[in-house]
Amino acid sequence: MTSPEPEEPGLERLRRQDTRLDHYIDRYAARAHGMTASAIRALFAVANRPEVVSLAGGMPNITDLPLDVVGSVLNDLVLADGRRAMQYGSGQGEPMIREAICEVMRLENISAHPDDVMVSVGSQQGLDLLTRIFCNPGDVVICEAPSYVGALGVFRSYQCEVVHVAMDEQGLNPSALADALRALRRAGRTVKFLYTIPNHHNPAGVTQSLDRRLELLHLAERADLLVVEDNPYGLLGFEGEPIPALRSLNERQVIYLGSFSKTFAPGFRVGWVLAPHAVREKLVLAQEAATLCPPVFSQSAVAAYLANHDWRGQIKVFREMYRERRDAMITGLSSHMPAGTTWTYPQGGFFVWLTLPPGIDSHAMLPRAVTARVAYVPGTAFYADGFGSRHMRLSYCFPTPERIIEGTRRLGEVLEYEARMLEIFGTADEPESDRRALGPREAPGPDQP
Amino acid sequence: MADNGYLQTVIVLSGGLSHERDVSLRSGRRVSQALRSRGIEVVESDVDSTLLSRLTELTGSVVFPLLHGEAGEDGALREVFELMGVPFVGSVGSACRVAFDKSIATTVVGAADIRTPTQVALPYETFQELGAGVLVKALGDQIGFPMMIKPSRCGSALGCSKVTRAKELPAAMVGAYAYGSVAVIEEFVEGTEVTVAVVDRGDGPIALPAVEIRPDSGVYDYTARYTAGATRFLCPAEVIDSVTNACADLALQVHAVLGLRDLSRTDIIITPAGEPVFLEVNVAPGMTETSAVPLAIETAGWSLGKMCADLVHAAAARGGRSNPLRASIGARW
Repeated sequence: MTSPEPEEPGLERLRRQDTRLDHYIDRYAARAHGMTASAIRALFAVANRPEVVSLAGGMPNITDLPLDVVGSVLNDLVLADGRRAMQYGSGQGEPMIREAICEVMRLENISAHPDDVMVSVGSQQGLDLLTRIFCNPGDVVICEAPSYVGALGVFRSYQCEVVHVAMDEQGLNPSALADALRALRRAGRTVKFLYTIPNHHNPAGVTQSLDRRLELLHLAERADLLVVEDNPYGLLGFEGEPIPALRSLNERQVIYLGSFSKTFAPGFRVGWVLAPHAVREKLVLAQEAATLCPPVFSQSAVAAYLANHDWRGQIKVFREMYRERRDAMITGLSSHMPAGTTWTYPQGGFFVWLTLPPGIDSHAMLPRAVTARVAYVPGTAFYADGFGSRHMRLSYCFPTPERIIEGTRRLGEVLEYEARMLEIFGTADEPESDRRALGPREAPGPDQP
Repeated sequence: MADNGYLQTVIVLSGGLSHERDVSLRSGRRVSQALRSRGIEVVESDVDSTLLSRLTELTGSVVFPLLHGEAGEDGALREVFELMGVPFVGSVGSACRVAFDKSIATTVVGAADIRTPTQVALPYETFQELGAGVLVKALGDQIGFPMMIKPSRCGSALGCSKVTRAKELPAAMVGAYAYGSVAVIEEFVEGTEVTVAVVDRGDGPIALPAVEIRPDSGVYDYTARYTAGATRFLCPAEVIDSVTNACADLALQVHAVLGLRDLSRTDIIITPAGEPVFLEVNVAPGMTETSAVPLAIETAGWSLGKMCADLVHAAAARGGRSNPLRASIGARW
């Protein structure tokens, strides 16, 4: 039934409203104050349209997943074990998936016992819980420059200060890290951990060499620096065997985050944390406070898939598919990018990191790109300190090779137009000097291809 | 009792391919919910290749377009509705073409003796042909600082910036041209920011109570508009009655002069001397949770659902072809 309303309300009903259109405005925690709408992020709503070639999102391409196998596994799971799988479970995660996780980690030389593993709701939650148990507001987390937007969002939500440290073509630069640590300790700052993505970095596309990993760990030992290794892409390298994980080279100093999102499918939300006993105990308590337990059905589904399907073979299928897309991206960039543009050459994973010709601002250019029906993520999304406008991240994981090449063609035209603008109006101030409070809010959501 | 009368269905159109797609989707969801609360059957639709066949299938339906930005506010889609004889809420295509383009709207409104800011509209090619340095100097000399730079055809404050010195102008121009090939450069008018909605439920346009806008940041940009809590709204505006009336009169006059229909929202600055100055008009104003028009409707004593239902009924009664425009200016609230 609808409420009765007068046809003509009349002047006597006119009372001034003084409102912010948010009844709870005075009740939010301080950490919520930065949660604002972003015009750039809103543009990614357009990226969903089929007319737009989106090179922005990081959605894995699971077209090659054998749905008949997955369907059969899920059907058997419900019929044979449904009452357990649909019930509450352990806050640490179910034993059979933790055993399977240890088998998966062995591919990257990690030797672990299932008791060392805690299952999380995606590795994103694992990172969130780690930050929750380690970081007080104002603590420093060291990240690569650039770093994963999802991680920056977690650190921001716990009011950490992020200090970025330079990378090169081999990943995190150890001497830059050493310099940063010295400066922070001189300033009396509390550094809680280093967050690093050693393999096929998101967004930079680079991989830490084995020598670099050893150097990094040596420094971490000397400085007693905790290292959080986030490794969703380690098994998606295109050449040779995976490089040993940091965790396999140092058990004491490294906490490891793993995920099935890219090697199986993200929708199940199954990740894990491999941590020393004392840390793990606290993580489990934090997990129980957050979710009671990670989803038992999802864990059971993933475990059943691993037990009943050639998952190693499936990863190979994914690798070849992503390699083809990487090649299309590199071909497209080589053909269509204007002079002065450079990019990383990823040996695996999903992403290429572009450096634009001087004066071009990827953040300011995105609306023009959307008009030209191509989307990317401006580099500013991957920095907590406002830098990154001379860069952009391009993903090749989801579109077809043909669409990837078309996307680079459109992007090339946009860059040429932008360069014309710069010629007309004079070279802009070096964008890196124009810091803005941007960062994680400027990226698309995970459900955007 | 449902008040959908003889209506089959309302097709709420939102999304589209503009930079304001996200805002449009939110407006569409809110209006859809509001209409359903009145017992009206609603189909929510994006603008894509299935739209025309959907319009053909749903005979007797009325379209409520909530597309913001180009391809929604520039009139093209409304021309298609008229061609197909589909009744719709809002202004006809030709009126939208004039209203949506700030350079044209300001000129037409100014010619009707409504105060407007001094304004120049320039495509980027003009800077290329004449030389940016020379033009930037001329703009500074003739318009003066501070000035506002805006894309000529865009909403939600996208691409807009306030420029206080010549050095900032080139980057502001590039920012505006990111949203379109023509930008307007206009004098910055200091004062109180208000917006006035005009609605016509079938018996002539009336101006709703003015909404005064006070963003915490001092700038009513995209973030201030769409982050709940970031802006303080006062409705009716906290100004004396004569100024309130002047704003309402201005909005009604703009609605009439531009040949608008059903619903419009005029943005105004009230100078310290109490004079309202026209800034721009919207033919598809936002209806999100942080938008001004729903607040004005609620302050006036209606629910959003009642107002939207009335607009839909008026459109249905009108049918699918343009009616002669009303000659009267209309009534203020």
